[in-house]
Amino acid sequence: MATTADTFQAHDDAHHHDHDHDHKPSFFARWFMSTNHKDIGTLYLIFAIFAGVIGGGISGIMRAELAEPGIQILGWWANFLNGHDVSFDETLHLWNVLITAHGLIMVFFMVMPAVIGGFGNWFVPLMIGAPDMAFPRMNNISFWLTVAGFCSLLISSFMPGGTGQGAGTGWTVYAPLATSGSPGAAVDFAIFSLHLAGAASIMGAINFITTIFNMRAPGMTLHKMPLFVWSVLVTAFLLLLALPVLAAAITMLLTDRNFGTTFYDPAGGGDPVLYQHLFWFFGHPEVYIMILPAFGIISQIVSTFSKKPVFGYLGMAYAMVAIGVVGFIVWAHHMYTTGLDVNTKMYFTAATMVIAVPTGVKIFSWIATMWGGSVEFKSPMVWALGFIFLFTVGGVTGVVLSNGGVDDNLHDTYYVVAHFHYVLSLGAVTGLFAGFYYWFPKMSGRMHSELLAHIHFWIFFVGVNMVFFPQHFLGLQGMPRRYPDYADAFAHWNAVSSLGYQITAVSIGVWFINIIYAFTMGKKAEGNYWGEGATTLEWTLSSPPPFHQFETLPVIEDAGHH
Amino acid sequence: MDFGDTGRTLANTLKTAAYFVALAAIPQAVLAQDAAAPAAAAAPAAAYVRMAPTPGKGMPVDGGWTFQDQYSPLGERALWMHDAILMPVITAISLLVLVLLLWVVVRYNRRANPVPSKTSHNTVIEVVWTLVPVLILVGIAIPSIDLLAKQFKPAPKDALTVKITGYQWYWGYQYPDNGGVEVISKMLNIPGQPEINPGVRMDGSDPSDGPTHLEADNRLVLPVGETIRLQITASDVIHSFAVPSLWFKLDAVPGRLNEKTLFIEKPGVYYGQCSELCGARHAYMPIAIEALPRDKFNAWLVAQGGEVGGKAKPAAAAPAADASAPAAAAPAAAAPADEAAAPAAPAA
Ligand SMILES: [Cu+2]
Repeated sequence: MATTADTFQAHDDAHHHDHDHDHKPSFFARWFMSTNHKDIGTLYLIFAIFAGVIGGGISGIMRAELAEPGIQILGWWANFLNGHDVSFDETLHLWNVLITAHGLIMVFFMVMPAVIGGFGNWFVPLMIGAPDMAFPRMNNISFWLTVAGFCSLLISSFMPGGTGQGAGTGWTVYAPLATSGSPGAAVDFAIFSLHLAGAASIMGAINFITTIFNMRAPGMTLHKMPLFVWSVLVTAFLLLLALPVLAAAITMLLTDRNFGTTFYDPAGGGDPVLYQHLFWFFGHPEVYIMILPAFGIISQIVSTFSKKPVFGYLGMAYAMVAIGVVGFIVWAHHMYTTGLDVNTKMYFTAATMVIAVPTGVKIFSWIATMWGGSVEFKSPMVWALGFIFLFTVGGVTGVVLSNGGVDDNLHDTYYVVAHFHYVLSLGAVTGLFAGFYYWFPKMSGRMHSELLAHIHFWIFFVGVNMVFFPQHFLGLQGMPRRYPDYADAFAHWNAVSSLGYQITAVSIGVWFINIIYAFTMGKKAEGNYWGEGATTLEWTLSSPPPFHQFETLPVIEDAGHH
Repeated sequence: MDFGDTGRTLANTLKTAAYFVALAAIPQAVLAQDAAAPAAAAAPAAAYVRMAPTPGKGMPVDGGWTFQDQYSPLGERALWMHDAILMPVITAISLLVLVLLLWVVVRYNRRANPVPSKTSHNTVIEVVWTLVPVLILVGIAIPSIDLLAKQFKPAPKDALTVKITGYQWYWGYQYPDNGGVEVISKMLNIPGQPEINPGVRMDGSDPSDGPTHLEADNRLVLPVGETIRLQITASDVIHSFAVPSLWFKLDAVPGRLNEKTLFIEKPGVYYGQCSELCGARHAYMPIAIEALPRDKFNAWLVAQGGEVGGKAKPAAAAPAADASAPAAAAPAAAAPADEAAAPAAPAA
């Protein structure tokens, strides 16, 4: 075994100029066969940014088309993507492909990889004082399956999908539009894409649960874990319980499509509404999967920049647990108009409202954390303040929609689009940017520009509110969602919304400039660049942390109660 | 020739203008004629006349930012629930959070408060901000549950039943108790856009036409002032039958017959659109409901070759043509437009 020793020696020599004792593998081994949680986290973040640019670009095409009534630019894109001139129906079909792709990309390939794969992978081990994730190789499989799923989705848009090319079923993939209504391979590829992304997330969830339960540093009890770790733990349980149901539901779609089963076909005793129950049994927890890690990020940031411990720590942790639990028993509020019976509608109305209680606890606890603090308005804190307000606005319209009798007039209108974009596009994404500015120097070792980060925030804040606030008005007036064309009366607010998109796009440009600035001109980041308020374990390490951290486990002392 | 065409166009324009002047004066009294309907040989005495919509009623309005005005008792009730309970509560909560955030920014910034407190618990306030929202939600839930109970009150046994079927991409309306009258309803083609429904005329080619994207060639005609039972299904994929100004939305699901009652208070034309993604032309299968007084509704049924009898309520004023109307009369048997319009629009 002399070779091994020699190789090891040589390897070590090559890195002697580094301060640490990293044993970084070669480029290919490091990035394509990675088992390092920080590298995998980086890969997830780069992937999420890439997917987000595509998903956001699709929004751009949609907002451009919706800027005025009639069909304007969709035809050009349909001809371009098909490679030849297509019929008007195929052009309209492209619209449905765009809404489908936008939804699936943003949910499965942007938000989830960013919050869980990216920040979760990077910071859960660091915050609990662990050297890595429990199953590093499974971590790598999770990432590459996500990439494979994304490829499958991209391939699907060039396959026949019924009326035209691509899967035009909406991200919900409702039967029978997704079965008998969409012949061709496109929907099969889209379903397969969800299978791959789902499998990746289930493995990720197992990895996080195992890591958090078994690899906490000595002395770090569950009730001493940072709230971000709590949020990922709850999220991982939601993933573990919800995704298998989605997998089953879409597998039955596949067999209905290809093997003559009739799970969702009334002609064979099946039921299209069964699919909706199964889908939303997954789909409702899914929205908490996207937002809970953002809750965790916001808790860390608010505490750091108020220089105070989180107010009501236990209440905050168990509020997330409560949201997770209740999140599983409210799914049919997505189905109020399917013909549910009166008792079912009453139950789901009441149950849905219950979620407002733990959500309120979180909002008020964040404010109470700042109360009496010495608040410093660094960029992550400004983004966090924006999050709290925007999430509140998205939350209260959720209370409106929870009323089954009121939802009758709002279901499937732009009001719903506005609501879920306020909690996701303005909530989860604002949380993502907050986390990005909070941890980017920790991950990269370079400081971003605080000025650009603030400019990014304000342009983004104006832009997204302009995109989505008028959509409440459109929904109240009755404009249905998933429409490429609309009556003239809806023109005014659609024009405002489309203008807002352009402003938002500018803000994303500022963000990219900031990243380029950081890598070219940014100052080297210290270990704890946010100062006294930043107390979790990642701030005890250098920026970026060594390739392998905590080779000697940190010990958390019992400092009594917070 | 050119002058002749121009003259005709001008005349049509003036005629259209006259209709709308009349509409503005006495909205519900004016009935315009469906000029495009195939004229039949036999014209019953109380002929049905296609109604022109009142601008802004039963449809979205330019730059509108509230719910559409409601024309059903349950719609009014739900609108009250939204306007009087939900909106004040959610506005107050949003403003409270905003004010607290601003206060924190002003009072507890680093300069104003250099030394942070170490408070991390306050059981009383934590209990308060858990219980107060619970009470608010109970306050919302009570009228909300009551609204649901009202919405699910079944229709009386003798209520008019209409069966609605969603197709890719149009609606079918059947009147099973009235001789099986069936209406196929497709969107009028939109001027300046590719033809959606071959054989269907352009929107605006008749003075009774409503807004583009919303108007259909044949409307769902219903009586006002009585409870109607709507049964909704679909033949291919899921659609959703939605009319915002009547607070009505119910999915059309293949293999299911969903049922919901509807009570329209006033005559008028009420527009809606398919509200469940159903494929390429999802945006092009609008719903147009024409609500008529019972006698005029009966006249319409007769004109369609249907029967007024069956389980239908006794009409307030049975049209003279009731008995004599030939069962095989072509749909929308109609007199020439001018004749029909003259008595119907005295103000013009
Ligand atoms: Cu439809």
